[in-house]
Formats: sequence, structure tokens, C-alpha cells
Amino acid sequence: MSITGLLSIALGAILVNNFIFSQFLGCCPFLGVSKKLDTAVGMGIAVTFVMGLASAITWIVNEFILVKFGLEFMQTVAFILVIAALVQFIEMFLQKSMPSLYTALGIYLPLITTNCAVLGVALLNIQSNYNFIESVVYGITGGLGFLLAIVLFAAVRERNVFADCPKCFEGFPIALITAGLMALSFMGFSGLSVWG
Amino acid sequence: MNFGKQFKEGLITNNPVLVQLLGMCSTMAITTSFFNGLGMGVAVLVILTLSNIIIAAIRKIVPDKIRIAMFIVVIAGFVTVVDLILKAFVPALSESLGVFIPLIVVNCIILGRAEAFAYKNGVLASAVDGICQGIGYTIVLLIMCIIRELLGSGTFGGGLLNGGAGLRLIPEQFGIKILTLPVGGFIVLGVLIAAMQWALARPKKKEESK
Repeated sequence: MSITGLLSIALGAILVNNFIFSQFLGCCPFLGVSKKLDTAVGMGIAVTFVMGLASAITWIVNEFILVKFGLEFMQTVAFILVIAALVQFIEMFLQKSMPSLYTALGIYLPLITTNCAVLGVALLNIQSNYNFIESVVYGITGGLGFLLAIVLFAAVRERNVFADCPKCFEGFPIALITAGLMALSFMGFSGLSVWG
Repeated sequence: MNFGKQFKEGLITNNPVLVQLLGMCSTMAITTSFFNGLGMGVAVLVILTLSNIIIAAIRKIVPDKIRIAMFIVVIAGFVTVVDLILKAFVPALSESLGVFIPLIVVNCIILGRAEAFAYKNGVLASAVDGICQGIGYTIVLLIMCIIRELLGSGTFGGGLLNGGAGLRLIPEQFGIKILTLPVGGFIVLGVLIAAMQWALARPKKKEESK
């Protein structure tokens, strides 16, 4: 696999096909955990980490267990179990070895299990026939795209609180409209590609 | 258990998407044509009802600590069944919904209802809850689809009527193309939730003014 191929996967995952703004994966934490900038950063980093690891492990599980024994139809069940176990392990590991990061991430860590971006990246890796390295790159850069989106969004939303808007739009609806406008600006990246 | 009340809650006052704000991802992602919305809505309705029934039935023998893992396994099982059935009998739908069918596993509506309702109530009530919440979800999907399809590309019933092309109600050049893009999903859903907040706040205001 050439470097340019990997670069174009990375560019696609971060900007052109951003997980949130063009694929709608991971919207729940994106909308739920973006009220404050610092928690948004924590959530973004945690998701990036889990997405990278989950891509690697689900690829291995798929290649060496499911495909080998002809069990591809069990993908959804196997992947969600792998992800749930992985998140649980990371939680225990962080608690023992990096308590400061653990407390910073707090409740967001267990919530990652139900983040559709994580299961989504595992399934998309299989669908696009990526090899191991491509899967890991796609997972990590997809997570970085999520981080970028949630940090930008949280920064806008912090200012939104002080804005004067119609009563019925307060809170969630105006956040969705904001996200829509951000998705519009991310459309500007479409057509961007790496020559190679 | 009051089924009429449950129905009203699922549909309006406690609508899963517009009031509980669950299951946003799929709501915005797949509502580009009427057929997609209907298929996704029915798939979620079936999975939600079945998983609610099973979870309510086993709620007394599942230890509290591993209940979330149990829920996920039950839900993932049903999602796999529905996924395979769709692939076998409605391949066109399976194709256009793509990765969002397996992603029903992590749809917050199903896990949310399992935790908030099925784990605390009997089998029959949970089944009714599944059906009501599922219908509430489907209706929101259909409204989104109709708005986005009609204003975006000027057709109605795409993928279903008129051999898949849909009935043309507005000439093609007048469509607001942006509504069919991801941007439209965010904005239409935002406006719908705002409308819902406005509608739910109105009776309260009347009482206050009295």
C-alpha cells in the first residue's frame, strides 16, 4: 500500500467524508457532549483512541475468526461484543495506570460503546475491503475527524448560549441548525483529493 | 396499564426522536426517500418490539450488573435476523440503507427503551411500548422524508411509487437541492424539533395566562 493511498484515506476520513457531517455516524455524542469545550476535547480524544483500536481488533477478528469459519453473518453481534469488551478493558486499564486521564474522561468512556461511529468504522472497513494498515489508518483518522468536528461545534455552541433566538429554537434545535451550517461549510472540501 | 396513554406518549408527548432526542443518526442519515424512511421505520419497529418483549421476559433472571451487555446481545441478535431477511427479500432496500441496518444495534432508541421501560415493566406493556415508540419513530422518519424529498427533488414516494422514480409534484429545476444533502438532514430535524417544542409549550402558556 502506497503512502499516497493512505494519505487519501486519511484526508477523506478527516475532511471530505467527515464521519459526522457527511456520514451521520456518531451524532448522539456529537450533540450530547458538545455543551462545553473541554469535555468535547476529552470525548473526541477518547473516541479517536477507541476507533483506532477497534478497527485493528475487529479486522483481526473478522479475518481470522469469522471469515475462516464462514461466520460472516455474525459480524454485527461479534463486533459489538468486541467493542463493548474493548471499552471495558480500556476503562480498567486507564483507571489503574492513568488515573488523571480516567477522571478527565469520566462518564464518556462507557458511553463510547453505543457510539455508532465506532461500530460504523468497523463495518465500513470490512465493506471497503481495507487491509490491516488501511483499516487502522481509517479508524484513527475517522476519530480525528470526529475530534475536529466536535471541538469546532462545541466552540460555536458555547457562544450560542448567549445568542438571542426564538424561544422554541432554544437549546437543541438551534444546535442542529448550527451543525447543519457547519456541514454546509464542510461540503467545501468535497472534490479535494491526493494525487498519486 | 393504560394503552391509550402509552400510544399518545409514543406518538406525541414522549416521541422518541422529537422529545426524547434519541436515534438522531439514523433519522438524519437515511431520510432521503420515502421508501428508505418506511423501510427503516418498520425495521426499527419490529426490532424494538421483539427486543422489548424478550428483555421484559428475562428481566427477573438477569443480574443488574450485566444487564446492558445482555440488552446489547439480544438487540444484536434481532438486528442480524432483520438484516439477513432484508438482504434476502428486499435487496434494494438493504442496498440503499447500507451500513445503517447493522447500526440499529447502537440506535439509542432501542437501548433507551430497554433500560427505561422494558426492564421495569411486564411483557405485554413492553410489547405495546415497543409498537407505540416504533410508530412514533416511523412517523417522524416519514415526515422528514416527505419534506426533504418534496422540497429537495420535487418528488413524492421515491423508491416506491411510479417504478421507483416517485411522483413528480414540482418541476425538477425548482428543487432545493441542499435539502437532499446531509445539511438538509440537520436543518429539517432542527426545525421539526423546534416546531414540537413550540406545540408542546402552547397549552402551558394558555394555562399561565388564565
